Amino acid sequence: MEFTTFVFYMFAALAVFAAVRVVTASNPVHAVLFLVLAFFNVAGLWLLLQAEFLAIALIMVYVGAVMVLFLFVVMMLDINVERVRKGFFGNLWLGGPIALAMVGEMAVMLGGKYFGAEAMPGLATAPDYSNTKELGRLLFTDYAYPFELASVILLVGIVAAVMLTLRHRKDVKHLDTARQLAVKAKDRLRIVKMATEKDLPAGEGE
Amino acid sequence: MEALVLQLFQSFWNIFGLWDVLWGVIQPVWPLIWVVIKIVVLLIPLMLGVAYLTFWERKIIGWMQVRIGPNRVGPWGLLQPIADGMKLFFKEIVIPTKADGALFLLAPVLAIAPALAAWSVVPFFEGGALANLDAGVLYLLAITSVGVYGIIIAGWASNSKYPFLGAMRSAAQMVSYEVSMGMALIVVLMVSHSLNLSDIVRAQGHGRFAEMGLGVLSWNWIPLFPMFLVYLISGVAETNRAPFDVVEGESEIVAGHMVEYSGMAFAMFFLAEYANMILVSAMVAIFFLGGWLSPVGFLPDGIWWLLGKAALMLFLFLWLRATFPRYRYDQIMRLGWKVFVPLCLVWIPFIGVWMMSPFNIWK
Repeated sequence: MEFTTFVFYMFAALAVFAAVRVVTASNPVHAVLFLVLAFFNVAGLWLLLQAEFLAIALIMVYVGAVMVLFLFVVMMLDINVERVRKGFFGNLWLGGPIALAMVGEMAVMLGGKYFGAEAMPGLATAPDYSNTKELGRLLFTDYAYPFELASVILLVGIVAAVMLTLRHRKDVKHLDTARQLAVKAKDRLRIVKMATEKDLPAGEGE
Repeated sequence: MEALVLQLFQSFWNIFGLWDVLWGVIQPVWPLIWVVIKIVVLLIPLMLGVAYLTFWERKIIGWMQVRIGPNRVGPWGLLQPIADGMKLFFKEIVIPTKADGALFLLAPVLAIAPALAAWSVVPFFEGGALANLDAGVLYLLAITSVGVYGIIIAGWASNSKYPFLGAMRSAAQMVSYEVSMGMALIVVLMVSHSLNLSDIVRAQGHGRFAEMGLGVLSWNWIPLFPMFLVYLISGVAETNRAPFDVVEGESEIVAGHMVEYSGMAFAMFFLAEYANMILVSAMVAIFFLGGWLSPVGFLPDGIWWLLGKAALMLFLFLWLRATFPRYRYDQIMRLGWKVFVPLCLVWIPFIGVWMMSPFNIWK
């Protein structure tokens, strides 16, 4: 067995194991951490496909930022494990068909008729081939409009999320940092010049 | 280098006449052994550096506060970090009741592993990187962004209030400052046309001043000065060092995520923090201060320049700690999102326009 084949099976097996544990882990924090493991292994698979930019971006964006915030939220939930387990068969009528549809889609992909090695063009493997540069060139030339469209959708999402969670609370004493920083000593402190007291003759100060 | 090491091994084992037998066994795995040798050669000085950075920190802060600092163990207190290490090594690791045992022990490992793995792409001298990755900058950003898991998991798995507060603070702070760090690096890779760390250093060796023998003036820190500051300050925040050390702020939440840890588990967090400090210092040196390049033409380039620049940045870290009071939490967030990110967003198009204009200095 070639070394890359061995690495592929290792990543693939770990990714499948982690993905199964995401669903079956009873503790949601464990589930999130298994999802992180799954991301790592998928990134490894992408590296094997020489898609180093996508692989590293997956780790940087999903593992480094998205899952951290996910964990942040999940950690604060107080979840009753027993209750989560309960509705399994009640939701099966919906979950089953969705799972079957996904398996069907994967079968079309992996069947190789439309997306196999023969159907898709091979990799350009010039010695100075840079995945990142090629991706950047395509994104900002051929696919400029879809790319901009995607970023506008993301922007709308950001604005919507901010508006949904923004509460103008009246009972908060808001601090304006610019005003705080602009304060000078003389705004807060008044120095009063006054003559020192004269020394009293002995015995009079009692 | 590889041939030389092999020759040394060969002459050593030939004394016993065992070389041919040995080579027959190890030849198939020699590339792996060679990589492991290189990793060990990199990690031992790094760990020593971490140990003596803690000592140096205590000495520097001592002097800045008109104290003497550690001076009892060994000459001038030089064996203090060894004594500290031995103490931590022999202490019991206490796992709190109802803590998540597996995750509790996994957290320090997750903290230190990225701090060490990031070193694999650092170029120490011309061609002197463990892995000369073409996507080195991306790798670095990805690996360092994983470091936050150690802290978050430690906070959650401890099943205790202060660690949990520390974990929540760190999650928000480290994600925020990664954004400004990454944006500052976008400008660096714009002007160096590469994601490879060695190429970024080499790109700083060109320019009008470099040809005049004044390389120090053609490094990135002058044309990209705002980004230099953003990266440096974000680096301090990213490593949770003073004045951004709210994650462990001892006067507020005792020691944050490290409260429940003892012995080597605690020491691993400590090692990770200091290894990250050295890493950020080396990164500042590579991205903005010309890496291994000599500041003046008549002195040779070499690893000593990188180490010297990193040491200077490390001194800055310690100086900051001795000088500034701790930031308030909302001010940390404000600095990251409302000052650094807009500054980067202005500087990226500015450099872009500069590069397209006839005044481009990065050709």
